[in-house]
Amino acid sequence: MNPSRRNPLISMLWDWIGVVPFFVFITAFLIFPSLNLFSGAFKDANGNFTFTNLNFFTDSYVIKSYITSLQVSVITSVVGGIFGFMVAYAIVLGRTPRWMRNILTTFSGLAANFGGVPLAFSFIATLGRTGFITAILKNICYNGADGSAVCPFNPYDNGFNLYSLLGIVLAYTYFQFPLMVLTITPALQGLKRDWREASENLGASSTYYWMNVALPILWPSILGAMILLFGSAFGAFATAQALTGGSLALVTILIGQQIRGDVLGNPNEGYALALGMVVIMAFTIAGYTLLKRRTARWLKV
Amino acid sequence: MKKLFKIDVWAWFWGILALLYFFLPMYGTLDFSLRMQKGQISFLAYQTVLADPQFMESFRYSVIMGLISVSLSVILFVPTVYWIYLKLPNLRPVMEAITLLPFIIPVIVYVFGLIRTFSGPPFELTLTPFKTDILITAGYIVLSMPFMFRAIDVGMRAIDVRTLTEAAQSLGSNWFQVLFDVIFPNLRVAILSGALISFALVMGELILGDFLVRPALGPYMVLVGRDHAYEPAALAIISYALTWVCLGLIMYFSRGKNTQQLTGR
Repeated sequence: MNPSRRNPLISMLWDWIGVVPFFVFITAFLIFPSLNLFSGAFKDANGNFTFTNLNFFTDSYVIKSYITSLQVSVITSVVGGIFGFMVAYAIVLGRTPRWMRNILTTFSGLAANFGGVPLAFSFIATLGRTGFITAILKNICYNGADGSAVCPFNPYDNGFNLYSLLGIVLAYTYFQFPLMVLTITPALQGLKRDWREASENLGASSTYYWMNVALPILWPSILGAMILLFGSAFGAFATAQALTGGSLALVTILIGQQIRGDVLGNPNEGYALALGMVVIMAFTIAGYTLLKRRTARWLKV
Repeated sequence: MKKLFKIDVWAWFWGILALLYFFLPMYGTLDFSLRMQKGQISFLAYQTVLADPQFMESFRYSVIMGLISVSLSVILFVPTVYWIYLKLPNLRPVMEAITLLPFIIPVIVYVFGLIRTFSGPPFELTLTPFKTDILITAGYIVLSMPFMFRAIDVGMRAIDVRTLTEAAQSLGSNWFQVLFDVIFPNLRVAILSGALISFALVMGELILGDFLVRPALGPYMVLVGRDHAYEPAALAIISYALTWVCLGLIMYFSRGKNTQQLTGR
C-alpha cells in the first residue's frame, strides 16, 4: 500500500514526488531561460566563452542608460521613501481623524499596485501639455504693461516637461510612496509607547526622542524599505515606455529595443546588459533581506 | 500644548499632500476621459473604446489567458505548498526564495530569456499563435508566482495541515479527496486572494504580450496611447476599475490582512 512503510530510500523518493511538478515547471520556464540568457553574456558570436561582451559596459551609451536608471531609482526611492514615511507617520502616530487614516491606508494598498501603462496615461491627462493641472496653471493670466495677456505659470514655458526624467520621477512616485507606507507602517507600529514616555520622563524633547531613540531603531527598516523601492523602480519598464515612448534611455528601455531590433549590433552584448540588471537587483534584494532580519528583533510584539 | 498642536499640523500636511497625490491624477484622468466631445461632458471616449473591435478582442484575449493561467497556477501551487507543509517543511524557505525570483529578474529581462530560449530550435514556441500562448501562459504563471505563493502560504499556515490530512485519511480518504474535499475548501479565501491578484496582474501586463506579440490588453493600450488623445484616459479608467474590483474583493474577503504590490511596471 503506502510505499513509505517498506524502504527508507523509496520513502524518501515518495516524499519528494509531490514537489516534482513545481520544480520541473520552474526549471523549464524560469531557471533554464534565465541561465541560458546569462550564459549568452559570456559567449561570442560563435558560441565560444569570452569576457569581451562585458567590455561594452564602457560604451558611453550603455553607461548613460545605467546612470539614468540609477538616477530615476535613487531619486524616486528617496523622495518616495521620505514622503511615504511621513504619510505612514501621519497614519500611525499623527492625530488625524479616523476617516483620513482609513482613506490613506486603503489608497496606499491600491496605489502601490498601480503602474504600467494606465499610470502613464493618468499623468499625461493631468500634467501633459493639455492635462488639467497644466490647463489651470496656463490660464492664470494678467494683462501686461502693453495690454497683452501674460501667463507666467505655464509649466511648459518654465522648462517643465512630463515626457522626461522629471515626469518619470513624478509618475513613479505615485506607486513608490504608497509602497513605502505599506512597508514602513509595521515598523512604526512597533515603536513602543514606553520608549517615548521613558525619554520624556528623562526630559527629552520630541526632537531629541526622534533623533536619539526612534530613528536609530527605525533606520534599518527605513533603509530596507527604500532599497525595496529602488528595486521596484529599477526594473520598471511599462510606465516609462508609455510615458516617453522610449525616448528616455533607461536600461529596461534599451533592453526592450535590443529585443526588438538588436540596436547594440551584437545579441550577446544585450545579454550582458540584462545580466548587469539582475546583478544589481540581486544585491538590492540581498540588502533588503539583511536589513529586514536586523529589524526583526525590535519588531517582535 | 503648543507642541501637540504642531504635531497635528504636520500630520495633516502630509496626509493632505498624499490625498492630493492620490486623487489629482485620478480626477485628471476621469475629467479627460469625459471631454472627447468639445464643450460638453460625454461618454464618447468610452463608447469609442468599447465599439473598437480590437479592444474587445484584446480584452477577451487577456480575460481568457488570465483565467487559464490563474487556474493552472492554483492547480500547480496548492498541491505543492500542501505537500511541502506536510512532508518537507525544510523546503519551505527554498520555495519562498524561488518564488521571489521574479522580483529579482525584471520582466523585460525575463521575456528576453524566454525569447532567446524558446524562439529557436528545438522548441520553436513562437512560431504559431497557439504555441506562443503556451509560452505566455507559463510566463504569466511565473510572474504571478510571488503573489500566489504568498497568499497560499499564509492560508496554509492558518490551518493544521497534518491533523486535517490524518483525520481525512483515517476516515478513508485518498490523496485526491484530501486535497479537493479538505484542503481546497479550507483555503478558499487564500486561493481567491491569490487568484484575484494574479488575474489583475495578467489584465494589466504589458511586457509579455508586447514582446511575444500577442493581442493582450497591455499592448493594445500602448497602441491607442500612441495615436489618440481621449481614449487612453478612458482605457486607464477601465483598467483602474478592473484592478480596484479585484483588490476590493480581496480586501472584502480577507479583512485585516494587507495586500502586497503587484503590477509589472
